[in-house]
Amino acid sequence: MTGRALSGGRAASAPLLGHETEPTIFEMSVSGRSAYQLRTTGVPATALADLIPATHLNGDVVNIAEVSERDLVAHFTRLSHRQFSVDLGMYPLGSCTMKYNPKFCDAVANDPGLNSVHPGAPAELTQGWLELLATLEEKLCAVTGMAAATLQPAAGAAGELTGLLLMRAYHSANGDPRRRILIPDSAHGTNPASVTLGGYEVTTVPSNDRGLVDLEKLKASLGPDVAGIMLTNPNTLGLFEEEITEIAAAVHEVGGLLYYDGANLNAILGAVRPGDMGFDIVHMNLHKTFATPHGGGGPGAGPVAVSKRLVEFLPGPKATRLDDGTFAWVKPSRSIGRVHGWHGNAMVLARALAYIDVHGGDGLTRVAKYAVLNANWLRQRLSDTLPAAYDRVCMHECVLTATPLKNKYGVRGLDVAKALLEEGFHSPTVYFPLIVEEALMFEPTETESLQTLEALAEAVERIAQRAIDDPDALHRAPQTTPVSRVDEARAARHLIPTEDAASR
Amino acid sequence: MADYLPHTPAEIDEMLTFLGMDSLDQLFAHIPPAVRLTQGLDLPEGMSEPDVAALFTQYTSANQAQASEMTCFAGAGVYDHEVPAVVKMLAGRSEFVTAYTPYQPEVAQGVLQAIFEYQTLISRLSGLPIPNASLYDAATGLVEALNMAHGATTRQKMVVSAGVHPHWREVAKTFARGTGHDIVEVPLKDGVTDWASVDATNAAAIVASYPNYLGVLEDMSVAKQLAVANDALFVLGADPVAAGVLKTAGQWGADIFVGEGQPFGTPLAFGGPFLGLFACTTEQTRRLPGRIVGETVDSNGRRSFVTTLRAREQDIRREKATSNVCTNQTLMAVTAAIQLGWLGTQGLREIATRCAQGAHYLFDELVKIDGVRTVSTQPFFREFALHLGRDASGVLLTMANDGVLGGVSVAALTGGPDPSIEGDLEDVLLVTVTERRTKEEIDRYVEVLRKAVGQ
Repeated sequence: MTGRALSGGRAASAPLLGHETEPTIFEMSVSGRSAYQLRTTGVPATALADLIPATHLNGDVVNIAEVSERDLVAHFTRLSHRQFSVDLGMYPLGSCTMKYNPKFCDAVANDPGLNSVHPGAPAELTQGWLELLATLEEKLCAVTGMAAATLQPAAGAAGELTGLLLMRAYHSANGDPRRRILIPDSAHGTNPASVTLGGYEVTTVPSNDRGLVDLEKLKASLGPDVAGIMLTNPNTLGLFEEEITEIAAAVHEVGGLLYYDGANLNAILGAVRPGDMGFDIVHMNLHKTFATPHGGGGPGAGPVAVSKRLVEFLPGPKATRLDDGTFAWVKPSRSIGRVHGWHGNAMVLARALAYIDVHGGDGLTRVAKYAVLNANWLRQRLSDTLPAAYDRVCMHECVLTATPLKNKYGVRGLDVAKALLEEGFHSPTVYFPLIVEEALMFEPTETESLQTLEALAEAVERIAQRAIDDPDALHRAPQTTPVSRVDEARAARHLIPTEDAASR
Repeated sequence: MADYLPHTPAEIDEMLTFLGMDSLDQLFAHIPPAVRLTQGLDLPEGMSEPDVAALFTQYTSANQAQASEMTCFAGAGVYDHEVPAVVKMLAGRSEFVTAYTPYQPEVAQGVLQAIFEYQTLISRLSGLPIPNASLYDAATGLVEALNMAHGATTRQKMVVSAGVHPHWREVAKTFARGTGHDIVEVPLKDGVTDWASVDATNAAAIVASYPNYLGVLEDMSVAKQLAVANDALFVLGADPVAAGVLKTAGQWGADIFVGEGQPFGTPLAFGGPFLGLFACTTEQTRRLPGRIVGETVDSNGRRSFVTTLRAREQDIRREKATSNVCTNQTLMAVTAAIQLGWLGTQGLREIATRCAQGAHYLFDELVKIDGVRTVSTQPFFREFALHLGRDASGVLLTMANDGVLGGVSVAALTGGPDPSIEGDLEDVLLVTVTERRTKEEIDRYVEVLRKAVGQ
């Protein structure tokens, strides 16, 4: 297949004009220079001292950089050239679902009819937004098989904590909040962190030799003090929990609830719904499954959908469709209260609805199918170089291991990940899940083509050959990137979080 | 049928053959049939982009409160500031928009350096040395501040001024269901926190807002003294635009600053995504929530930036992490850095000053109207609350007919009785003026409100 790996996803042709670092905006600052322009208002320019008592005035202590508009543009444009992105090339970062973000969805959300609306304006004047939110809630429930949802949580972790507070409210209403939450050893770190903030204790459930929850050990951990279990399905190994109905039955048997971590929802769209698997609470990462851009680490959105028995506890107020066809803010009867300052990351929610509408039920089903096809093709294609940790059909991502390269040539997973950057690809997720040695977790997503997958595979093979020829060079990779490996220990030992700390 | 999938039928066949399979369904064969979806999703068929765009006009046209139809005098923590083309275009660059969290610093120096510059700006605006890389919004930022105060003192009691935004207080109460924090609200008198009315013994935090949500400038040294007297942390929620001219959180002696960063380049956006600002003293560094970027060098000695103090975070410390925050609001932080670069030192002072000038001009005109009286006689910055003598929600709808978004109903904000307001709550309107409002618009507001209250 060599020769057809001229792909859209390989970014090795990205131009660079040098190897100097970019000065900070503060270093570029020249006192007295400015870029801002404001409206001519005609408002009386009363001296501030005549409006506000002197005890409140700060004596002009706050300084910002002073640059021209031209320098501002040059600075941030150059910074952007020092940044990898989905638009530039393939981002096979496992668990993060870095698929292509349709420009249309951004454009729709950026319409002034949506983005110039004040969140505190009366519902009568924002009916379009309320309808949009109510419609999105209905569609997310259709995708997940749940009864109702809150759109307030601003990201996946916020959704997790919201879900745990819902569990607490539900159990408390039944007389006992309970004490423990079960979490598989392969779970994302946000799960246990959220459990603690939800006022619960973590009980870790081990995986079996097939990379799945060990059902017998799970049953042994269950008891009347278990509030619920948090599961990702497919799990973080990219494997579907085949005993999910047995797990659900066992947890429900002791009165516990099942929480679905939607980090990997992309794999099962249209194939199976969390509600049908027995889950009571589901969070969705709209910035993964529904392709809203990640923004370099947010904004995300983490709506939480629930089964019927939890609906009355949902955060609120919620945009609600009334019988007369209008919309109003309604707080569920036993609501846990707000989990966001306003109505959630509304612009992200609007993008997700546009994405759902473009795809429809048929398109979303294809999304999952091709995501799973791509991951399995890559797993199989790389099997001689980076074997799969669990060698069988995976879902939307595959966890491979660099253990053979490490044992034979001393080349670690991190070295492979860094060398891929020189090849024009973003690295896969490294050393996660924690239960796999030298883990490299690849999630190609459905929007990458066969040609891009082939180009990635060939890049991995070249790196494997370099491991034989010159392993030391791999320890030093990458060298063609804006900076080479950074001294993380030094950053932590001597914290410099600001320009002012740097100059002290 | 429209989508963004590159697969041709021939390629799908080729890939399946490579896997030794004859259908895509075979990839899902290990999912138990009992839970498989057989009918497909209960959603309409996919539509083309122009068809969806047409559909969305039903939403956009039903939002009367949009900029082209109404002049905005609503605030309550969300402000209609100037966002110039240059900021929109730079912040909209797809390298920033479509990047992931900077896990691989070698190819993420753009976002990392922008966050470093953002952190520097937040540190200066807050007057505190340790900023983080952003949180979801101010309300959830307050929750993180309370968790930090608990971590520092091991105490559970949080003494919170009712001058803190009602939504922030509600969010704090929601999350206290999990952490077990005891939130004690301190009522306002004449718009000023009545600290003397509360027992702050054993408090983890004294929490105040500057200005408070009714716009009033309180003397923060009172709250600071209360914190010192009780060995509690002083948490100050502050308007970051105010820092252009008013004392910073650090100048008031705050241990933790939280704020809403929306005023820096982010549109009203129906409330999100916004930007949670956070900074603290060096004593609290190890308890910092979320990410922080630090300066270091690469293996060739070049200045580089990297996320650091990672051992606090959820993916490493798991159930012992200082916070569960993972994805935050990086794009809004980058936007704020760009917007502040555009404003510069003089621009920030100028917009802060103009907000104060406009608000005071409007206030002076409105209190001349019969039946309209101020909630507080104390000094204010850019926002103020008025008793209208009639239902504020109704007045807002009447004003809307004249193309004016007259403010925010305080009763709608509080959602019920609230210790921030003495007397009638339903008739209280919160009004703000930004640097974008002209004298002509403000004068018109006065006439429209006068008409709406029947004077």
